[in-house]
Amino acid sequence: MSDRQVEISIDGNDVTVNEGATLLDACREHNIETPTLCYLENLTPVNACRVCVVELEGSRTLVPACSRQAEPGMKIQTDSERVRHSRKLVLELLASSVDMSLANDEIQGFMKRYDAEPEKFGKTAPASAEGERDRRRTGHHHAPDGATAETVAQPVKIHDEMYVRDYSRCILCYKCVEACGVDAQNSFAISAAGRGFDARISTEFNTRLDDSACVYCGNCIGVCPTGALMFKPEHDHREAGTWDEASQSVTRTVCSYCGVGCNLELRVQDNEIVRVTSPTDHDVTDGHLCIKGRFGWQFVQNR
Amino acid sequence: MDLHWMDASPTEDERAAVDTLLGRADASDKPGEPLEEHVIRGGREAAENKRHLLLPTLHAVQGEIGWISAGALNYVCRRLTVPPAEAYGVATFYALLSTEKRPKRIAHVCDDIACKLKGADALCNELEATLEPDTWHRSPCLGQCERGPAVLFQLAGEEDRTLTAADADAIRSGLEGGADRPEPKPSTPQTQGSREEGLRLLRRVGVCDPTSLDDYREHGGYVSLRRAVSIGADAILREVKDSGIRGRGGAAFPMGIKWDAVAKAPATPHYIVCNADESEPGTFKDRVLMEEDPFAIVEAMTIAGFATGSQRGFLYIRGEYPLAKKRLQNAIDVATRRGFLGADVMGSSFRFDIEIRCGAGAYICGEETALFNSIEGFRGEPRNKPPFPTQVGLFGKPTVVNNVETLVNVLDIVGDGGPAFAALGSKDSTGPKLFCLSGNVERPGLYEVPFGTTLRELLDKSGATDNIQAVLLGGAAGTFLGPDELDIALTFEGTREVGASLGSGVVMVFDEHADMTGTLLRVAAFFRDESCGQCVPCRVGTVRVEEALQRMARSNGNGAADTALIDELALVMKDASICGLGHTAASAIQSALARNLLTTKDSDS
Ligand SMILES: Cc1cc2nc3c(=O)[nH]c(=O)nc-3n(C[C@H](O)[C@H](O)[C@H](O)COP(=O)(O)O)c2cc1C
Ligand code: SF4
Ligand code: SF4
Ligand code: SF4
Ligand code: FES
Ligand code: FES
Repeated sequence: MSDRQVEISIDGNDVTVNEGATLLDACREHNIETPTLCYLENLTPVNACRVCVVELEGSRTLVPACSRQAEPGMKIQTDSERVRHSRKLVLELLASSVDMSLANDEIQGFMKRYDAEPEKFGKTAPASAEGERDRRRTGHHHAPDGATAETVAQPVKIHDEMYVRDYSRCILCYKCVEACGVDAQNSFAISAAGRGFDARISTEFNTRLDDSACVYCGNCIGVCPTGALMFKPEHDHREAGTWDEASQSVTRTVCSYCGVGCNLELRVQDNEIVRVTSPTDHDVTDGHLCIKGRFGWQFVQNR
Repeated sequence: MDLHWMDASPTEDERAAVDTLLGRADASDKPGEPLEEHVIRGGREAAENKRHLLLPTLHAVQGEIGWISAGALNYVCRRLTVPPAEAYGVATFYALLSTEKRPKRIAHVCDDIACKLKGADALCNELEATLEPDTWHRSPCLGQCERGPAVLFQLAGEEDRTLTAADADAIRSGLEGGADRPEPKPSTPQTQGSREEGLRLLRRVGVCDPTSLDDYREHGGYVSLRRAVSIGADAILREVKDSGIRGRGGAAFPMGIKWDAVAKAPATPHYIVCNADESEPGTFKDRVLMEEDPFAIVEAMTIAGFATGSQRGFLYIRGEYPLAKKRLQNAIDVATRRGFLGADVMGSSFRFDIEIRCGAGAYICGEETALFNSIEGFRGEPRNKPPFPTQVGLFGKPTVVNNVETLVNVLDIVGDGGPAFAALGSKDSTGPKLFCLSGNVERPGLYEVPFGTTLRELLDKSGATDNIQAVLLGGAAGTFLGPDELDIALTFEGTREVGASLGSGVVMVFDEHADMTGTLLRVAAFFRDESCGQCVPCRVGTVRVEEALQRMARSNGNGAADTALIDELALVMKDASICGLGHTAASAIQSALARNLLTTKDSDS
């Protein structure tokens, strides 16, 4: 990284940032809270969600803070009426079509901050049948009924003891695809398929994960912000109503399977390990693990 | 890359379809060999070099077999070293590719806005009652709007075919393998009867054999390239700048600036891309040029290559244009054989080659960066800009991307000089312009007029009825105008003044009997279907706009609130979407609502 500096103006204040920094870096450095959904430090920006947009003087449209580099003399507004409108609408559009009830606290916070009212688009349409969204014909859809708002609701996919995919909760942030691909795992087991509102995360021909290239590293679960991808024990607890964050403890340890030295965070409820993650700022893992660190405890626990 | 393969094998026919395009596989690809043991040669670099063959290979399978099975996809992926999940993501992006088994003959019947005015709804109702449901599908605009209802037959093992002025009998007979109808005449009324004087873009249409290079040369062909080679790249760039020409693909960007930037770009190689995706509903101008004057496009691309230091050109044509594709391929082949393309263009030792790439049913792939992704073998999702294509374009290299019509103008700019070109039209909109007239007009078709002609003059030329309810200007991403707005000058600046745009040159006329509600619902459905789905404002916004419009049409709820909701949605789409599709997806609908063109159930009664 260069040590040259760039001067820009944020909300009327002149600030200096490193050359090559994005507008998001600049905002964060100056304590301006900026919502993000598809951005993660350890993944290449896809700038797809558009919740991070800011107003850039001289630009016809708003620009995504997460991927736009700061250029000398840029003047941006982070809380103008246009910015608030777009952020609010993006959150409303998502929450009206996706089940965000398990989205992380940060996202719940954005919803409050922008007064998102997803109900305004009307009563939600019934969930689609199993597999129906995976087979939609590209470029075609049934006309809306004039009474309900379409959603991505669909039956949850459970095919093994490790891993649950509940795409009713998927906001299509592409994080899992990136984590599975060049950004971490290099397995390329999943990709976006279909188009438009019928776009979805899928394996080839929607095969089960255990028939796909998946190696069960769990990295996609680690990055999923909405609970669409979940460890099976966590899912089971939630289904049974026994998921109890208050009683859980988190223990840091180092994975003992090999000599790489990956940091692990074990989330424990009633002496049972219910989730394993790795800190995104840990320089060995960048937040990513392999099947042994991620799921090895299942065997440790002798279940 | 260490890839995992599905447990599915290709049939002999599927394998042959792929091998015809890619050549025979090497020994390690023998049928019967366990897939897991397959070794990939060449590593990552070889994989990247082959990825751009993904869409052509999927086309080859679809074209021969009629659908893409798991076994076929697996084989394609192995040959090209592409992860199957990604290839599936690409295949399911396109409406003309099917990953489910379906009949070998399929009719795509256009029920889009211009064909609706020609009875497409009644036709579809009749087909619904008489045909097997999986033998035909409704289709967005097929680019034959002046002679609808239009049909594309997708035929496995045969060339695809277009049917115009279709009726149910002709569709049935087409599905059964019935006889071809004769090719209809070019839809350019100004070239028929007493031919209009002074036509430029249409000068060869109807008088020159589009398959003959000799005929092309007899009608002025390759004079411009000869001049280009003799004056040199810098002089060409100056002429293009002096001409003041702006792009005809929708964004109206000055061509001179684009060419200059690529010519000067330090990164190499440079590429030329001709954007022939033409999928904006109501647009058919590029099709007519490609079908009737294909050598002109080849010549113009060659000049672009010469001026910007590019040796390779790609022509990306929508998959629904089989005749245009055939004529262009012929033109490229003949030009190469005769030394107008290839290693030594016209003896100048300049090398230039052109490759045709075919879309597969995705309007969004006309967006320039989506188009690059499509050629490169990825999903046709637009990229964030900046960086712009002149710096980071096709394969990440400096790229000129221009519309077909824009490029054809280069022949006159180089032939007569930039200032002569600029003398035609208005100050900010120079040169001639093509307009696609369809709907309730007596003589629909392609018209060439100088910029600055008024909309009324153009309507008079084409014999529009006097009881006009509305005119759609610029396409589905354009603006509806009312009968009191027909005196606007057709220039970039003149239309901007009234909040409209020329878009891709669509002028679609709706008389007082036209079903505007059905039209608006079709426009909303179009954008919902064609959104790439990448960004939230457009992916979900287009769904919510269509729902609100449906509520309004059925008088289900509060019309004023739904209008306000559409305005809110339009704003976030315009402000926060990644690309032009989202930016303009609600504009036509908003313009129609502002002019009270929606008839609701209440107002009907
Ligand atoms: C959704 C969308 C579809 C487009 N489709 C086309 C098209 O089919 N043909 C075209 O020339 N330009 C199309 N464009 C515009 C291109 O992105 C680009 O601006 C154009 O090809 C540049 O050529 P020009 O400068 O000669 O107009 C489209 C843009 C968008 C946003
Ligand atoms: S578990 Fe790992 S390999 Fe499997 S889909 Fe997730 S990221 Fe890819
Ligand atoms: S499954 Fe999760 S990580 Fe993947 S796209 Fe959906 S929300 Fe994002
Ligand atoms: S605006 Fe629509 S078409 Fe364009 S990138 Fe976003 S989702 Fe895709
Ligand atoms: S966080 Fe910037 S676009 Fe999603
Ligand atoms: S071909 Fe049917 S609307 Fe264009």
